Amino acid sequence: MIGFDFDYYKPNSIEEAQKAYKDLKSQGKVAIYYSGGTEIISKARVNQIHFDAIIDIKGIPECSIYGFKEDKLIIGAATTLTQISDSAFFPLLSQSCRNTADHTARDKITIGGNICGKIIYKEPLLPLLLSDGEAVISDGEGVKSVPLTQIFDKELQLEEGEFLIQITINKEYIFLPYINIKKTKQGKVDYPLVTVASIKKDNKIRIAFSGLCSYPFRLYEIEDNQNNINNEIKIEFNNIMDFLPSPIMEDILGTAEYRKFVTRNTLDEALEKLGGVLC
Amino acid sequence: MLEIKGKSIIDININGTIKSVMVRPADTLLHVIRNQLGLTGAKNGCENGDCDGCTVLVDDWPVKSCLMLAVEAIGHKIVTIEGLKNEPIQNAFVEKFAIQCGYCTPGMIMNCHGLIKNFPNATGKIIEEWLESNLCRCTGYHEIREAIKSVINR
Repeated sequence: MIGFDFDYYKPNSIEEAQKAYKDLKSQGKVAIYYSGGTEIISKARVNQIHFDAIIDIKGIPECSIYGFKEDKLIIGAATTLTQISDSAFFPLLSQSCRNTADHTARDKITIGGNICGKIIYKEPLLPLLLSDGEAVISDGEGVKSVPLTQIFDKELQLEEGEFLIQITINKEYIFLPYINIKKTKQGKVDYPLVTVASIKKDNKIRIAFSGLCSYPFRLYEIEDNQNNINNEIKIEFNNIMDFLPSPIMEDILGTAEYRKFVTRNTLDEALEKLGGVLC
Repeated sequence: MLEIKGKSIIDININGTIKSVMVRPADTLLHVIRNQLGLTGAKNGCENGDCDGCTVLVDDWPVKSCLMLAVEAIGHKIVTIEGLKNEPIQNAFVEKFAIQCGYCTPGMIMNCHGLIKNFPNATGKIIEEWLESNLCRCTGYHEIREAIKSVINR
């Protein structure tokens, strides 16, 4: 049971959502945008977050779109992980979503909520980073489109009052060779020791990680440090370790040393499937 | 725009009937189902989305009612275990002895019922994926799997 009270707003358009946020702010109230709500409810129940109002974006048509438009795949922020995992639009993303949480949770968790939430793993984000996705954001006044690679740094860098409307992916990315491997300590439904997502584009291998460090990331540096000899792409494991953006995580799921060991094996498996070799 | 401020009366479509209930926007669907409507089949196991004892169907999809606000249910069809009458999966649970202490049973049955409705020819892989949501601390998973397979194979 959530021990504090708040008001509920469910706008039917982006403009209504923007106005609701502004009005609440002018009254001195703290409002948060709400999509699947699983994390918000969990945290509110134990008083880890407080707010005066929630603005539920599930009534906004642009947030609920999921499909192709011209040369792009449009993924509304309120699309559930189940909707994505049960579709064949973008196989790598479907697999990433299927590896996140459990089935009934995925019926409620939305991709926008997962990416904008506080959870550190955000596995559905990896395919979006690898495929140069664009974030369509309501900035309080209008709508802007920003490359995810630019706006995601440890977490989605939204300004106050902004919310994620959609993510768009160019069609060319969804048919590329890919691999997604999640390694957990024990159970199938668990946070990852490490998740490796990888695609091959223009004869280069792109790799993104979750669970290895304390936030998900795409390792850009390794894309410029691979040798292509006779169509075999060689990547040095030590280079990957050198380029990591922060120390390897150490927690109850695994020590840093163990995560490094698992990462090496996982990368070995991943690269082999994409015509690469880990040295 | 739908606005609900403070304690308000809302209409919820539950088990095929529209019920008017007085809720706070902060009330979870589980809380309202149990405490306002007296439907105690959905269990308040962990209240954290881990056990799935509180699973109900929302527009035929199984959802953890502890992680859904009651106000989010407006405009959707909710079915709880009390809304099922002589469904094949209920009989299968009895026939296959898929019940031990019974605490997880309502959530299990709702999840299985949702699976049968959405994937009447589900493969073993889909069954495994769906059932991984629910915890049974009596560890009666084998019998539960047999129960759902017996319905799907019919």
